[in-house]
Amino acid sequence: MTDILMPALSPTMEEGTLSKWLVKVGDDISAGQVIAEIETDKATMEVEAVDEGKVEAILVEAGTEGVKVNTPIARLEGGAAASPAPTRAAPEAAPVAAAEPTAAPVASKAEVRDPEFPEGTTMIKITVRDALRDAMAEEMRRDDTVFLMGEEVAQYQGAYKVSRGLLEEFGERRVIDTPITEMGFAGIGSGAAMAGLKPIIEFMTFNFAMQAIDHIINSSAKTLYMSGGQIKSSIVFRGPNGAAARVAAQHSQDYSAWYANVPGLKVLAPYDAADAKGLLKAAIRDPNPVVFLEHEMMYGNEFEIPDVEDFVLPIGKAKIQRTGKDVTITAHSRMVGFALKAAEQLAAEGIDVEVINLRTLRPLDTDTILASVRKTNRLVTVEEGWGPCGIGAEVAARVVAEAFDDLDAPPLRVHQEDVPMPYAANLEAMVVPSVEKIVKAVKAVTYR
Amino acid sequence: MARTAKASDSDKKLSNVSKDELLKYYREMVLIRRFEERAGQLYGMGLIGGFCHLYIGQEAVAVGMEAASKDGDQVITGYRDHGHMLAAGMDPKAVMAELTGRAGGSSKGKGGSMHMFDIATGFYGGHGIVGAQVSLGTGLAFSDHYRQNGNVSFTYFGDGAANQGQVYESFNMAQLWKLPVVYVIENNEYAMGTSLARASATINLSQRGASFGIPGETVDGMDVFAVKDAAERAAEHARSGKGPYILEMKTYRYRGHSMSDPAKYRSKEEVDEVKTTRDPIDHIKTMLQQAGVAEDEIKAIDNDVKAIVLEAVEFAQTSPEPDPSELFTDIYTEA
Repeated sequence: MTDILMPALSPTMEEGTLSKWLVKVGDDISAGQVIAEIETDKATMEVEAVDEGKVEAILVEAGTEGVKVNTPIARLEGGAAASPAPTRAAPEAAPVAAAEPTAAPVASKAEVRDPEFPEGTTMIKITVRDALRDAMAEEMRRDDTVFLMGEEVAQYQGAYKVSRGLLEEFGERRVIDTPITEMGFAGIGSGAAMAGLKPIIEFMTFNFAMQAIDHIINSSAKTLYMSGGQIKSSIVFRGPNGAAARVAAQHSQDYSAWYANVPGLKVLAPYDAADAKGLLKAAIRDPNPVVFLEHEMMYGNEFEIPDVEDFVLPIGKAKIQRTGKDVTITAHSRMVGFALKAAEQLAAEGIDVEVINLRTLRPLDTDTILASVRKTNRLVTVEEGWGPCGIGAEVAARVVAEAFDDLDAPPLRVHQEDVPMPYAANLEAMVVPSVEKIVKAVKAVTYR
Repeated sequence: MARTAKASDSDKKLSNVSKDELLKYYREMVLIRRFEERAGQLYGMGLIGGFCHLYIGQEAVAVGMEAASKDGDQVITGYRDHGHMLAAGMDPKAVMAELTGRAGGSSKGKGGSMHMFDIATGFYGGHGIVGAQVSLGTGLAFSDHYRQNGNVSFTYFGDGAANQGQVYESFNMAQLWKLPVVYVIENNEYAMGTSLARASATINLSQRGASFGIPGETVDGMDVFAVKDAAERAAEHARSGKGPYILEMKTYRYRGHSMSDPAKYRSKEEVDEVKTTRDPIDHIKTMLQQAGVAEDEIKAIDNDVKAIVLEAVEFAQTSPEPDPSELFTDIYTEA
């Protein structure tokens, strides 16, 4: 007998909904036959049988949500010996995702209310993905010059389903599928911005934006200056940045430091749904070119956001995500969740950590960082990118230059190991920053 | 779809050309030539720094194309941009002062020769990265299409840029979406020091859009009326919603690629041959004479232009350098 397992249908999938069985107990099935439909957070996929045999039992009923990858969902009698899940993706595809510390919203007592949230508002739960979508939809409703352009943003509804429903609401004039031509459409967007439109240019991932980086920097960031203030470029370049899971070197790079190095750009890196919505709305309204670095691993995560009409966050302001008195951790994007998790562990050991969610990488909110370090006297920076010339290097340099006398220990940086992203699961886990590495760094700066 | 507009085509049309029109084009072309000669001189004196690419020899292209443009149309080009700016109607003083890096320059001295812009005349640069302006110009056309304003983007690039990948990405999207853009390829035969034949597998650049179904023509870019005639046809095509159009302008630059290029890759005879037999200004001057315009009238224009250029040179030397406080302005627009 052979178990049919819940397949992983994307690099980041941890669970899914078994929406429909296309076979029943007693049916004879053949290899390659479509036996079920599974809904992931991105799409509905058909599952094909790998083995042939008679269906002996359906173990997970149709309509069941949250079925974990690798759970047996049906059993075949006869056939060959036990075989892996009927899927294109390897069943071990999600070990990194399984370690995702941000999946469960942390409700530590040390976490603080966001001062940007209006007093007394009710909160609603929403995924980062939907927060981004809502931000674009709201801004497109209020300004006809805002449009979305990129690969698969319209009919396909977004490669990561971030633009779901936008084509239906705004039509093909404003939600535009492009050919696979990053340099071309980034240039067309930059030109349209020079003429006064407000493009949102979606890159399927920022890894592909390297093809287009000339337009982001030479054609957008520098134009206001080169034109003596005449030509404004109100344009947002957005998409997932950094490492997903098991997609290896060419699809896993964090570009935070690259863009944050360039005057003329604003660079934002949201962590949760409130950041995603409030900062993306601010980015679209901003009259400057904005690089908006999202994280694929965060798209499906739910967070609370204030249920208000028009929620916009300020650009250039960091957020104290958790207050503490012993050590300051700076982090952005997905790493904020890692830092919070580390802070919880450390609290149990009597170390009180303050976590700063940078939110904006350029302009960096130095004041908030300095104020925190002047209180804690210790600094650990966390980022997903490589260390040399990175965001942590910049934060540490500013702290050393401006708060040298307040430091009781040299600042430490936690970052990706200085190698291209490996594919093998064990090596990948070694390369990326982890809660354990953050805990270790915090203990080092507290001499524990 | 390939056709070649020869000088004879425009000669036929000459009966429709008014004396005023002839004088206008003559004036505009002479202005560019005298301006560029002075720019070269100022470069030699150390008043202009960095890169400086002169337009001498190519004047008929920018002037003839401009004749087909309407209010609100956009022009964008690469770094050999002085001629396009003057043809678009930018103030020669502001252009020359930008070359000398002065506060009175069109970019307050912060752009230089390769980076000038002027929204009032629809001039969108002035771009230093070869080929980038093709995607950007397609984006300007995207904005015209988005707004349905009936305007056209005139997007210039050279035979060198014609081999850049993003040119073809742009061609594809422009035709796919029927964007109102006229691509003007100024084929001056040399991409810096490399001749077209040494760099291009196919040298009929007007047909570079063929695989996208974009019509193209090869035009005598040394004949301002041939240029104008083709420009009107191309602009009408784009304006009427039929999408992009390619004009390959056969032209020639008399000077080196930039001021520091001795142009050893071509013979003196080759350059002299073009100067004596194909010069765009000699061509229109002959037409003026044939039209019976008095020598004095031509001379008066020459003198006028000379005065305008000298005034620009004077301004470019007396306008102060930008105030140090300008260093940190125009990096961000206040939100």
